[in-house]
Amino acid sequence: MLLNQFLGLAAILFCIGVYGVLTRRNGVMVLMSIELILNAVNINLVAFGAYQGDVGGQVFALFVIAVAAAEVGVGLAIVLLIYRNRRSIDVSEADLLQG
Amino acid sequence: MLLAAGASETFTPESWFFDNAWTIPALPCAAFILILLFGKRLPYKGAEIGIASVVTALGLAILTTGAWVGEYESHQGSHSAEAVTQDVELAQDTDSFEIAADAGEGGEGHVKAEPVVRKLDWLSSNGKSFGIGTLVDGQSVMMLLVVTFISTLVHVYSTDYVHGDRRFTHYFAFLSLFTSAMLFMVLSATTLQLIVGWELVGVCSFVLIGHWWEEKANSDAAMKAFLTNRVGDIGLLIGMTILFFAAGNTFDILDINDAAINGEIAHSTLTWASICLMAAVMSKSGQFILHTWLPDAMAGPTPVSALIHAATMVVAGVYMVGRLYPVFWDGMSIAGSSINLMALIGGITCVFGGALAFVQRDIKKVLAYSTVSQLGYMVMALGVGAWTAAMFHLFTHAFFKACLFLGAGSVSHACHHSFDMKADMGGLRKYMPTTHKTFLIASGALAGIPPLAGFWSKDEILAGTGGWPGTNGNGTYYIIFAMGMLTAAMTAAYMARTIWLTFYGDYRGHEEPHESGKRITVPLMILAFLAVVAGFFNMPSQWVGDGLGLKFEQWVEPAGTRLPGNFTHAKPSISLAIVASLLAVAAGAFVWNYYKKLYAKDPKATEYTDGLASRMPLAASAHKVLEEKYYLDHLYTDTIAAGTKGPLARAAYWFNQNILDGIVDGAGKGSVGLGRFIYKYIDQGTIDATVNQTAAGAGQSGGILRRVQSGKIRQYATLMFGAAAVLVAIFMAAV
Amino acid sequence: MTEFFNDWGITALVFLPLVGALLMMLVPAKDEELHKTIALGTTVITGVLGGFMLWDFWGMGKANWSTLQYVQDRTWIDVINARYFVGIDGISAPLIALTLLVVPLVLIYSWNHIPNPGNAKMFLILILVLHTGMLGSFVAQDLVLFFVFFEVVLLPMYFMIGVWGGEQRLYAAIKFFLFTLFGSALMLVSFLALYWVTGGTTFSIPGLADQVAAGDIALGTQVAIFGGMFLGFGIKVPMFPFHTWLPDAHTQAPTQGSVILAAVLLKLGTYGFVRIAIPILPEAAVEWAPWIGLLAVIGIIYGALGCLAQTDMKRLIAFSSVAHMGYVMLGIATLTPFGINAAIFGMVAHGLITGMLFFIAGSVKDRFHTLEIKRLGGLLVQAPKMGWILGFCTMASLGLPGLAGFWGEFPAILAAYSPAEGISTTLFRVYMVIAALGTVLAAGYLLWLLQRTAFGTPSEEFADDPEIVDMHASEWIAWLPLLVLIVFFGFLPGIIFDLTDGTVVDRLGSLVAEGSP
Repeated sequence: MLLNQFLGLAAILFCIGVYGVLTRRNGVMVLMSIELILNAVNINLVAFGAYQGDVGGQVFALFVIAVAAAEVGVGLAIVLLIYRNRRSIDVSEADLLQG
Repeated sequence: MLLAAGASETFTPESWFFDNAWTIPALPCAAFILILLFGKRLPYKGAEIGIASVVTALGLAILTTGAWVGEYESHQGSHSAEAVTQDVELAQDTDSFEIAADAGEGGEGHVKAEPVVRKLDWLSSNGKSFGIGTLVDGQSVMMLLVVTFISTLVHVYSTDYVHGDRRFTHYFAFLSLFTSAMLFMVLSATTLQLIVGWELVGVCSFVLIGHWWEEKANSDAAMKAFLTNRVGDIGLLIGMTILFFAAGNTFDILDINDAAINGEIAHSTLTWASICLMAAVMSKSGQFILHTWLPDAMAGPTPVSALIHAATMVVAGVYMVGRLYPVFWDGMSIAGSSINLMALIGGITCVFGGALAFVQRDIKKVLAYSTVSQLGYMVMALGVGAWTAAMFHLFTHAFFKACLFLGAGSVSHACHHSFDMKADMGGLRKYMPTTHKTFLIASGALAGIPPLAGFWSKDEILAGTGGWPGTNGNGTYYIIFAMGMLTAAMTAAYMARTIWLTFYGDYRGHEEPHESGKRITVPLMILAFLAVVAGFFNMPSQWVGDGLGLKFEQWVEPAGTRLPGNFTHAKPSISLAIVASLLAVAAGAFVWNYYKKLYAKDPKATEYTDGLASRMPLAASAHKVLEEKYYLDHLYTDTIAAGTKGPLARAAYWFNQNILDGIVDGAGKGSVGLGRFIYKYIDQGTIDATVNQTAAGAGQSGGILRRVQSGKIRQYATLMFGAAAVLVAIFMAAV
Repeated sequence: MTEFFNDWGITALVFLPLVGALLMMLVPAKDEELHKTIALGTTVITGVLGGFMLWDFWGMGKANWSTLQYVQDRTWIDVINARYFVGIDGISAPLIALTLLVVPLVLIYSWNHIPNPGNAKMFLILILVLHTGMLGSFVAQDLVLFFVFFEVVLLPMYFMIGVWGGEQRLYAAIKFFLFTLFGSALMLVSFLALYWVTGGTTFSIPGLADQVAAGDIALGTQVAIFGGMFLGFGIKVPMFPFHTWLPDAHTQAPTQGSVILAAVLLKLGTYGFVRIAIPILPEAAVEWAPWIGLLAVIGIIYGALGCLAQTDMKRLIAFSSVAHMGYVMLGIATLTPFGINAAIFGMVAHGLITGMLFFIAGSVKDRFHTLEIKRLGGLLVQAPKMGWILGFCTMASLGLPGLAGFWGEFPAILAAYSPAEGISTTLFRVYMVIAALGTVLAAGYLLWLLQRTAFGTPSEEFADDPEIVDMHASEWIAWLPLLVLIVFFGFLPGIIFDLTDGTVVDRLGSLVAEGSP
């Protein structure tokens, strides 16, 4: 079984996603990076499911995809509203929650 | 000698006047109130009420006297009839010799009137009542007569003398109040009442001395009189207190006297009581060393001086001693002695007072010192046991001294209200003959020229000292006798000086003097007449026979049980009378001659410029001491009074403000300080600080932590991932 | 009528002034005339009611005066056995009469003398509250009730001095308040101690006296309890050295306050001794008597010297109170009927005379706007009637016989010659001499005051001042009863002596020696 390859891929994807979340200022790009992280997780889930001979992994992955879709929906709506208010989607400017 | 008391029969006089003697003081009291209320609206400004009341009181007093004498004479008449048989029976007794001897003196062979006491409850304590009432006996009847009589004359005299005064009405009101208070005191049945009357006359004296209070000198004199009397009153209050307890919780004068006579009170107690009471006598009756107020009291209107400071109030002390004589008799050990405190005080007063009269320029001051001297005579008489002589001198002195004072007032009326003999008088006999004659008669009476009033009373006192051979007094007071003789000479001498300076020589004042009006001269003439005849009431029976002699003694002297049992009367002595009279005449003549020579030298002069005082340093310093009145005023006013109201009072007040109040304020400020300290260091500094630091610590840590909360999502994410990475690392390391 | 008196008399008497005060609260403050009418009306009605009661009391005769009359004894605070126990006897009757007389006179005087800063409503309400407090103190026969009334008088007086007083009113008011409160705190402790040592069953004064007499309480305990009361009452009297609040309070208080303070409030202290301390703790009283006597005679001399040093007329009169209350305390310290009768007479006399003197001082201040003795003078020229009244009152105050002051002074001096058994006679005779010496000083400072204010000619400053006029009508009405009574009691002292004598003898109990006055 090529489990290690899958895990390696997932790790690379995850790191790319993390990198994107941390470095991108564009809100949409951040969302996309989060999608990458989620999908890295999905790959892990599917890979472990197949390795164990269990369908639970695939089912979990399906749920994650669905939740990710909802999350993107909500996230894009927020980004849209931020844009409407500030004419910009630079997340580093949105610091109203500062203590 | 107790038999002397037993031998004379006593009776109880009865008369409406004795039962209702209270009406006599009540009348002037009512007058006082009426004058205060309505006086100003009346045509004579209240004087008419005063005169009406005092004349009525005089009428009552005369009737009371008449009733008293009448009762006495009627009982005496029936007694004499019995006495013949009684004497025969008694002659069987072994003691009959003494009785016969005493009967010969005139006193003990006669009946005695019991005092008439009418009393009401005044106040009570522990169920015991203390009374107020009237005590009518010979002594009080005599005083009633003297007081109302002099008061009547002074009232009449005053209508002219203070005419037009701005406080005319007040003057008469207080004259009435004084008369009332004096009569109230005279009639006292209890010592409590005596104290009340005593002080009331004092306050009237205060008001009347200060009648012209606009000038400070007058109000000073009034205050001095009142305060000096207050000093004596300490003695009065304490003395009466001692007697109250000693006599078994009673204020009754008769009970106290009985207790003293019957030996129920210890001798030492009586001594203390009589010493205390002497202090009161010294202040009220102007005895040396408390006499200094009396000359100053001349600041008041002259009629007031005549009434209060010559005839009546100042004899209150003498009267009080006479009232409580058994107390003094035992307390001062009068009988069989040759010196005692009372006699000595009296003797010193009459000599020292007389000496001061020589250096006065002011005619009223001369008379004032003469009064001091004569009061000393009375006290001296009481001190040597001559009770009757003292009372008789009180009686005669009232008339001639009042006459002299009113005469002095008349003179000053003429000389534009000056009393200065040297500057404003002289030669007045030409201008005011009536005043001159009356003054001359009264002076003669004062100097003891026979047969004027003063001669009889003074002679009795001198005999009473027992210092002259054959007089058989209650003791043998040689020193006192010498003082009495000396005073007799001095009296004649200073009166001669006064008469010369006032009425003889040339007039030294300005403008023409004039004789005073009828309302002034008539009282003078009446008093001068009495200055002649008053002495005839107590001529020795040995000289004039039993029918005429010793009437005063028989009428006035209290019943045997009210005088000490061993009390006797001195025998009169013709040789003494002659010697004393010659001495007085010689002294008077010497001074008269002195001024006559001076007049011949320089008609305007009043003293030799090269007199004794200018030649002899000793005489000069003696003169200085007299002029400074023995420095007593300096002692009292400058040292005692000023010391009390100055340094002592200030020290006490300083103590109050700085020590006592300082403690209080200090306690207050200390509490506040302590509070501040606790607040600042304990409450705020410790407890609150802990709380505050806790809060501040939380705040600071919050401040540090809040920097983490930047609100930047990427930062949060970084942290999250960083932390996750760390956790993974730890997890990996652990596995 | 007697039935009403028995059931409601005292209660009505004490609380009528409060009813008046409540009524006044409903009336707007600007209607001053109405306020004065209500206040005066209330006190007059109280006075008339009290007058009838006292007349009725007088009618009962000597034999019944020593028993408490018109007694009300009802449950009040059950937990501590404190009861609403009131009654009148020979000791309280004269003081009640004095209170009933003085307060209406003060209100008459207030008719055109409301002190700055105005506000007649509050001022008069305070006087009415005071009235209730004073009457209550004199009728209370229960220690807790007494204490409550005793404290009730404190606050109105504090506000009177603090609001309507002179320049240093706050200092004086606080001093007065703290001093008195300090005393009453100790007094309360004593009351409580007494309650507990007697078994904690009653606060009634006669009851406690019986229990102390029957019980075997250690003398030391009694002396300590007496000490607490001594401080409480002694401060109120005031006795040397607790007197320093008095001159300040008097000087700063408005005239009405001074009059009430002098006439009635000071008597609460001496009354406390006669009513509470001595009857309950006679043995301790004997132990304390030399000290009370000592402080009393020191007060006499000291007060007199203080007077001589004064430059302010009102302050002088205040200091004279210290001296006069010294005589009262000397009379009390003898523990003899004569001494205590004299003391009660002295209280009434001092109330009348010193009250009058403060009235005069107030009126002088109204006219001259100063009480500095140096600047006054010639009052007899500018206001002759007032000058004579001042002279009369100084004479009364210095204890002239024939006026009321004498009968408080001389019998007290006399009684000191022979104090009750167990007290050093020698010591008290020394006190007697010192007290007698005090009469000279009294004459000195009072006559000196008279000389400097009334005699002489007016100073240039005031010579043509149109404000200086003789007596007003309101002054005549307010003063005349006092003046008449000063003379009346001066000549008929028996009225008060007879009234108090039986009660005093009864309350002194074992202290009275047979046959002594």
